Amino acid sequence: MIERISGKRKAWCTVMRALCIISLIIVTALTAFMLLYVLIRGLPHVTPELLFTKPSTLRNSIGILPDILNTLYIVITMLLVVLPIGVGAAIYLNEYATNRRVVEIIEFAAETLSGIPSIIYGLVGMLVFCQFCSLGTSLLAGSLTLVIMNLPTIMRTTQESLKTVPESYREGAFALGAGKWRVIRTVVLPTCINGIITGCILSIGRILSESAALLFTAGFAHNVNGFIRGMGSAGATLTVALYVYASERGEFDIAFAIAAILMILTVIINLLTTYMGKLMERRNGQ
Amino acid sequence: MNLREFIVAKGYKDNPRRLVEDLIQLVFLILGLVAVGSVLVITIYLVISGLPAIFKIGPVEFLFGTRWASTASEPQFGILPFILTSIYGTAGAIIIGVPIGFFAAVFLAKIAPKKVREIMELCIGVLAGIPSVVYGLVGMTILVPGIRIIFGVPDGATLFAAIIVLAVMILPSVINVSLSALQAVPREYEEASLALGATSTETYFRVTVPAAKSGIFTAIVLGIGRAIGEAMAIMMVAGNVANMPSIFKSVRFLTTAVASEMSYSSGLQREALFSIALVLFLFIMIINAILNMLKAGGKQK
Amino acid sequence: MTIIETKDLDLWYGNMQALKKINLAIEEKHITALIGPSGCGKSTFLRTLNRMNDLVPGVRIEGEVLYNGENIFSPKVDVNGLRYEVGMVFQKPNPFMMSIYDNIAYGPRTHGIKSKVKLDEIVEKALIDAALFDEVKDRLKKSALGLSGGQQQRLCIARALAVQPKVLLMDEPTSALDPISTAKVEELAMSLSDRYTIIIVTHNMQQALRIAHKTAFFLLGEVIEYDDTEKIFSTPSDSRTEDYVTGRFG
Repeated sequence: MIERISGKRKAWCTVMRALCIISLIIVTALTAFMLLYVLIRGLPHVTPELLFTKPSTLRNSIGILPDILNTLYIVITMLLVVLPIGVGAAIYLNEYATNRRVVEIIEFAAETLSGIPSIIYGLVGMLVFCQFCSLGTSLLAGSLTLVIMNLPTIMRTTQESLKTVPESYREGAFALGAGKWRVIRTVVLPTCINGIITGCILSIGRILSESAALLFTAGFAHNVNGFIRGMGSAGATLTVALYVYASERGEFDIAFAIAAILMILTVIINLLTTYMGKLMERRNGQ
Repeated sequence: MNLREFIVAKGYKDNPRRLVEDLIQLVFLILGLVAVGSVLVITIYLVISGLPAIFKIGPVEFLFGTRWASTASEPQFGILPFILTSIYGTAGAIIIGVPIGFFAAVFLAKIAPKKVREIMELCIGVLAGIPSVVYGLVGMTILVPGIRIIFGVPDGATLFAAIIVLAVMILPSVINVSLSALQAVPREYEEASLALGATSTETYFRVTVPAAKSGIFTAIVLGIGRAIGEAMAIMMVAGNVANMPSIFKSVRFLTTAVASEMSYSSGLQREALFSIALVLFLFIMIINAILNMLKAGGKQK
Repeated sequence: MTIIETKDLDLWYGNMQALKKINLAIEEKHITALIGPSGCGKSTFLRTLNRMNDLVPGVRIEGEVLYNGENIFSPKVDVNGLRYEVGMVFQKPNPFMMSIYDNIAYGPRTHGIKSKVKLDEIVEKALIDAALFDEVKDRLKKSALGLSGGQQQRLCIARALAVQPKVLLMDEPTSALDPISTAKVEELAMSLSDRYTIIIVTHNMQQALRIAHKTAFFLLGEVIEYDDTEKIFSTPSDSRTEDYVTGRFG
């Protein structure tokens, strides 16, 4: 006869299983609650007037057009600067470096960077870019601070996808007499473009949620500027604006409207990265 | 070796293309070193701007002073309240967040059907992507009034509110890292245990979890790093008063101490803020070192 | 006429000597087969001839490889120029993730040919030479990864031919292919041998016998015997060669 497991063992199993399920329910409920609460409180206040005007003391109205533009400017500048550096660094690590020691040092540095909290980036960004490089409190200083913050992300995702490029591609190109740089440019990089795009999406997500690093470097002005002028002057991104409206001005409706917009963007970004991940999996499986 | 000999030895004269290739390699090396340079610059700047005030105030008085009154007529700069708040806050967040994250990870890694796991991965991604100020905002409008009413305290903006917000914020990284550690445990381990008559739940907790131990530790340390470095969300819910920490008092963390006074600070006060950042940076570096040790240990296995 | 000649060629991977004092003279416009058991150094030797081993860390080479009388390891030699003249086809087909057309045009473009008309001409000629033109002429702009394994390998041969090399190195080009594709590649190699010098590494002795004019037998990093293919397979002068070709080891 098969011995039944003891009641004590059974109870233990049930408790553990229950804890697992409860935890999962908590996580799901939290996500659902955050999404629904923010959207329900915020969406009704997302009006065309809010989206397409700037704040006016005269009309006593608030618009977030400047913040949307500032966010866009920062994203563009940040990507323009971080892409060559991050992709270049990854290329060095994966394609050129022969010295183990150098690779270790660079990878260690990148890992350290990814562990530093954003408030420290904000402080050092203020000291280095705003003061030492005398850029002042400006979108440019903010973007450059974010470049350093996002450098590890771009390096890591690029490196990961460089590793999936089959060695035979490189050999094939070398055997045709192509120089190293040409091989990288025409064969290796096009093959791993998906990984680089994933890195960009992740970085954009990080910028959208960033506030501490920008508060002291990019400031919180709400002026509508063109790109060039905008880079030179202070400006709040959506997230910084949310903080200012919620904590310093008590404008919760506006804050929730911005939060709702950020929430939707967060979901979109997550869907995009999941999609990119699937795309790459399928390709690598081939 | 002079330049001329160098050019001949490298064969640049006969092969100008080789010179171009070497230059390109040099450019990539420089791009690779940007990360190293950044770490150095951050460290140097923090040390240079943080150390002087510590010595002006006196290291003991600075680190163990219990009163922070930076703008008083006779200013005092003791950051013990901030240090303790950061430690208590982080510990609280870990105590609440890690078990939830851990059990959820076990469920996702071992019990959940594929469909559920995929949906949950998206959920966790969203949770991780929500800006910290949105957490702060929701905390301000729900948690803070809620705590005031439920616990009958005069102000709901307390250490407790901050702990809850931090616990939620570390969940995604705890779940993700534990999840990949659990999934990396070879199937044979589990089969061996099942074959000995253990139930599947017993197998998960007595075989799989211990096997994934170092990964789960990594998750916890990572969570500590996240919690101790967070600024904006807790600035919005913790009340921001430089009290010695207590669960239902308004408190100030290391991070929020820097963030809340930076914009209007000057003189010694400003320098002291940089010193706080330096202390925070030291905490982070210690956590990074522990992380690296865990990773190195994980690789050896 | 000799096109490639090696003189006392030694090669080490770290501390392991993979090639020992190799002296071979490769005849122009002939097919030379390199045979021998796995790990005997025949692939290493092949990859030395266009300096593909440069890409492997920890490799040390002594001795000379003369290509048209010039040592390919001299600092004066541009390694890319060398590979331009000494092309290579690999064990596994490795078309780039590009269209068929772009794959073949890759080499010529690398060497500075930009004119569309010229490229069209080169691509067509290479495909015809590789006996692939009729199969792919309607889908030149489609991805090369959609071709069958055998087609991909012939595409790789076409890609190598498009830079008009003098020598074509083939590293077990048919080992990943089915018998029909193998026959096509062999046929192709033979038809090319009146214009190109072909050096082929093969595990398949029948293949060497079918297509090669001369055969070198490698064992443990040394060339044991190098002679006309027929002689190697019928009356080898070294007993080890005889043991190998009659299938007593390998």
